[in-house]
This record gives sequence, structure tokens and C-alpha cells, in this order.
Amino acid sequence: MGDFLQLVLSGTAIGAIYALAALGFTLLWQASGTINFAQGEFVMLPAFITLICLGYGMPLPLAFAVTCLASMALLGVAFKKAIVEPLIRHGVIPLVIATLGLSIGLKNLVKAGYSAGPNPFPNIFPSTLISLGPVRVSAYDIGALVLAGLIVFALQSFLNRTLTGRAMQACAQNTEAATVLGINVKRMVLYVFLINALLAAVTALLVTPTYLAKFDMGDTIGLKAFYAAIIGGFNQTRGALLGGVLVGVLENLTGAYLSPAYKEGVALMLFLVVILFKPEGLLGKAEERKV
Amino acid sequence: MKLGPIALGLALVAIALAPLGLKNYGVYLLTLWCVYLMAGMGLNLTVGYAGQMSIGHAAFLGIGAYTAAILMKMGLSFWFVMPLAALICFFVGLVLGFPALRVQHHYLAFATLGFNVLMYLFFRNEEWLTGGTFGISGIQRPGLLGLSLDGSAAYFYFTYVSAILLALVLWWLIRSPWGRAFAALRDNPIRAESLGVNIMAYTLLAFAIGAAFAGIAGAYFAALVQFIEPAPFNLSASLMMLLMVIVGGSGRFFGPMLGAAIVILLPEWLRFMKDWYLVMFGLAVVALMIWLPGGLLSIPERLRRT
Repeated sequence: MGDFLQLVLSGTAIGAIYALAALGFTLLWQASGTINFAQGEFVMLPAFITLICLGYGMPLPLAFAVTCLASMALLGVAFKKAIVEPLIRHGVIPLVIATLGLSIGLKNLVKAGYSAGPNPFPNIFPSTLISLGPVRVSAYDIGALVLAGLIVFALQSFLNRTLTGRAMQACAQNTEAATVLGINVKRMVLYVFLINALLAAVTALLVTPTYLAKFDMGDTIGLKAFYAAIIGGFNQTRGALLGGVLVGVLENLTGAYLSPAYKEGVALMLFLVVILFKPEGLLGKAEERKV
Repeated sequence: MKLGPIALGLALVAIALAPLGLKNYGVYLLTLWCVYLMAGMGLNLTVGYAGQMSIGHAAFLGIGAYTAAILMKMGLSFWFVMPLAALICFFVGLVLGFPALRVQHHYLAFATLGFNVLMYLFFRNEEWLTGGTFGISGIQRPGLLGLSLDGSAAYFYFTYVSAILLALVLWWLIRSPWGRAFAALRDNPIRAESLGVNIMAYTLLAFAIGAAFAGIAGAYFAALVQFIEPAPFNLSASLMMLLMVIVGGSGRFFGPMLGAAIVILLPEWLRFMKDWYLVMFGLAVVALMIWLPGGLLSIPERLRRT
């Protein structure tokens, strides 16, 4: 039983981190119809920006602050202006292809320009083990879980309780009506891109100590975020959290009890079943796309 | 317009003569191009003509390759195994496509993506069947009417002719009333439906036939490399195949030929650039989508229009 709880708890912790990346993914979809296949690279790049800053001798908090600014500029503003805006009127497919190209480009840029091997990354939480009754968890897992949970909660409150947050939701639900109501749709969409960039930077900070900073780390994280977003519900912000935790926990349990080789297998099966039988996701509402 | 057939004939002859001036590795690459061309033509049918995104084409290539490799190791003939690989992929395509196509159209992309990852895990982990990461080695090349196709040039000509035959099949498919329904469906699904085209059946068939093409390509691939392991069938391989179709020009008959050449042959010439090649390639794809969403083959039209 202790083992089981332990696996669930650490699965929840890693799942909460996946949820952060998945959240950005669903927000982008809701606000602008962008399916970002480079989401994994959006997590990988901040990790390397932090490493470069650390390399110049900055302390970690300063390095992370610089990373946040840099990713808002690059993955938020530049991504939106240079890639999404010119492409979005052609429909979903060209944009998907462009983000695929971006993913290949960014990955190899880091491989060629920085390093091809794994790089250690500083841990913001200590890795000491804490005993909670029969369960022994690392402080890192708890820290990651609490921080990720707080961010999701804060974001949720921002979206539901502030005027700006509600305006952002309105844009996602009905762009035209939002415009008529005097909402600056363009600005709201820009906010979403900035939030996605920030979420990616935080995900990088939390996930990189375990994954190590490597040019292809985004492959796994992007895929997990993608599963999480779809399982929870592509058009539901809460869904990303449920999806992320489900993926993390299932992965841990499968790895321990069924077969380490199929660690991803059960989450993947759940992903396929959701797509095929409940495409709006576990928490999602059936979607009526605007034409 | 008269120039078209002449240029095509010249290109076909030039490719046929190319092995004479190439070393073994060059001939191998040219054969590999033919193999990816077969798979790419199938994907073009799904993506370009039927307008469905598939991000799992390498899984079908893998199913074809493993089917061929396993059965040929058991002593069965290539001529039996290759159509069987096509048939298996066709049915797997139907089974996967049927539920995915019921829902909205980007969901086929998601389903194929998941399917690809799952198949890759299967190829890697089921050692008793696929040899796991050690793969399957010593795959025999087929013979043709008593002729041996073991030599690299002989196998190239065999694959080349097969690819041309497959291209003719595709040409016929697209020209048939049946194929024209695809285009109608991609351009305006609602109008096509009101004219009595059963959207679901047509897209499903396009997807399954595309998968069957990949199955055939897989059998040729297994006999070409004579050693298969899971890596060429992972998700990034599928993404590269999708890019082959898009870069050349999706929905254009010759799109995959150009696209496969860019993805397979160009990196060899630009080898001195190492990883920077893929940086350029990735960013070029982004630029292409922004300025030339129709792919490289739409350049002439674009020039004519301006």
C-alpha cells in the first residue's frame, strides 16, 4: 500500500508539471485555434536560456527572471507576430506544419549551437526524503506539486475572476461578440501567448532537474502535454490539470506494476480511447467550431 | 503544356541512368528515395487529395517492413509477402480510421500520432516477434523470374520500376471518377456531400489506401536495408514523411518526388553543414508555409500569376 501511495504521489507531482505545459497548449487553442506542435521545444528552450544565464555567473533567481522575459519575447510575442498571425487565416493545417518545422529547427539549433548531450540543471527544491506515515516522498516532488498547483489555481482565478481574464475567455468563446462588446481581441490573444510562454518557462524550471537539459527533451514533454490536453478536454482549462495528473499517475503505476517497457502504454491507450470515443475529452463539452 | 511529358520522360531516363555514375552508397540512397516515394505517394493521397492529416505514416511503413521481414525469415516469398503487407496495412488503416474520422478532422491527426507511438513501443518491446532493439537482420532480397536482385543496381532498378508502376496506379486512381470525388471532398466537403458523395466512406478509403502504399514501401524497405530495427518507424519519421509531402506540394502528383528528394538526398550533399542543415530545414519549412503554402511545386503558378 505504501508503495502504491508513493507511486501515486510522485506521479501526481510529475503530472502537475505536465499539466502546466498542457494548460498553455489548451489556452493557445482556445484563444487562437493554434495547435502548437512545438510546445515541447517551448519548454526545452527556456531550460537552455536559464543554463546560458547561469553560465554567465547569474544567480538562479535572476537567471530565471531573465528566462521569463526572454521566453515572453521569443515564444510569446515573436512566435505570435512572425508565425501565427500570417498563417492563422489559412486554417489549422499550415500552422500545424509550421510549428512542426519550428520544432525541428529549435531542437537542432540547440543541438548544433549549445550541446548534443544532457546537461545538469540546478534543482530549486532539495531532494531530501520526507516520511509521511508509510510513504516516503522527496521534498522535490512536494515542492513541484505545490508550486504547479498554485500556478494552476492562480491562473484559474485570473481567468474567472478578473475583468481581463473574463475578457480573454469571451474572446475564446466568440470572437465577434467580444469585439462588439468592445474587448480588444488582439491584445487578449497576445496575453494568452505571453501566459503560454511563462507557463513553458515554469515547466522548464520544474521538469529539467529530473529530465536533464537536452536538445530533445521536448519530444517527451511535448507528447505528454499533448496527451494530457486531449484526455482532459481540449477546450477546458480544468481538463489539462486532470489530464496531466492522470498521465503522470498512470505512467508511474504502469511502469511499476505492469511493465517498465510500456510505461507510456496505458496513458497512450487512454489517449486513443478518449480521441475515438469521447473526442471532447473527459471534462470537455462537445465543441461547436465557428466556421 | 507539351513540355511536360518530354521533361517527365527525360527525368525518368536520367534517374534510370544515374546508377551508372554512382558508387554503391549513391545507388542505395537513390533506392531509398524510391521507397520513400512509394510511401509518400500514399500519404499524398491521404493528405493532399483527401485533405486528412496523418501523423502516423511511419507506423504503416513499419508494419509493412516487419511483416515482410518476419515472414521472409520464415521462408515465404517476397511476392507473397509484399501484397500481404499492403493488405494488412489497408485493414489496420480501416480499423484506425473508422472511429477517428467520425469526429472532427484534426482528430485523425491525433489518433495517428498516438497509434504511431504505440506501434513504436510494440516494435521495440516485443522481442520475441520483432527482435526488439536488436532488430531483425539477414533479410533476403527477392528474385525475379530466376534473376537475382542481390546487387545494389539490380535492386534499384527493381524498386524504381515498382515505384513507377505504383505511380501509374495512383494516377489512375486520381483520374477515375472515384478519385475526382476526393478532390471535390477536399475542396468543399459540404457541396460534395450534397452531390451524393459519401464523405466518410471516401476519406476512410483514401486513408486506408494511403496506408497500403506505405505497407508496400515497407516491404521494399526491409529488403533494401536487410536489417530492420524500430528507429526508422518512430514519430519523427512520420513527421518527416508528412513534411516530404507538404514541402513538395501536397495534392500535386509530383509533390512527393521532389519532397522525398529534399528530405533524403539533400542532407547527403549538405553533410558538411551537420546539424545546421536541420536547423535550416526546419526554419525553411516555417518560411515555406508563410510564403508558399502550396509547396515548392506551386512556384511556377505563383510566378505566372504575378
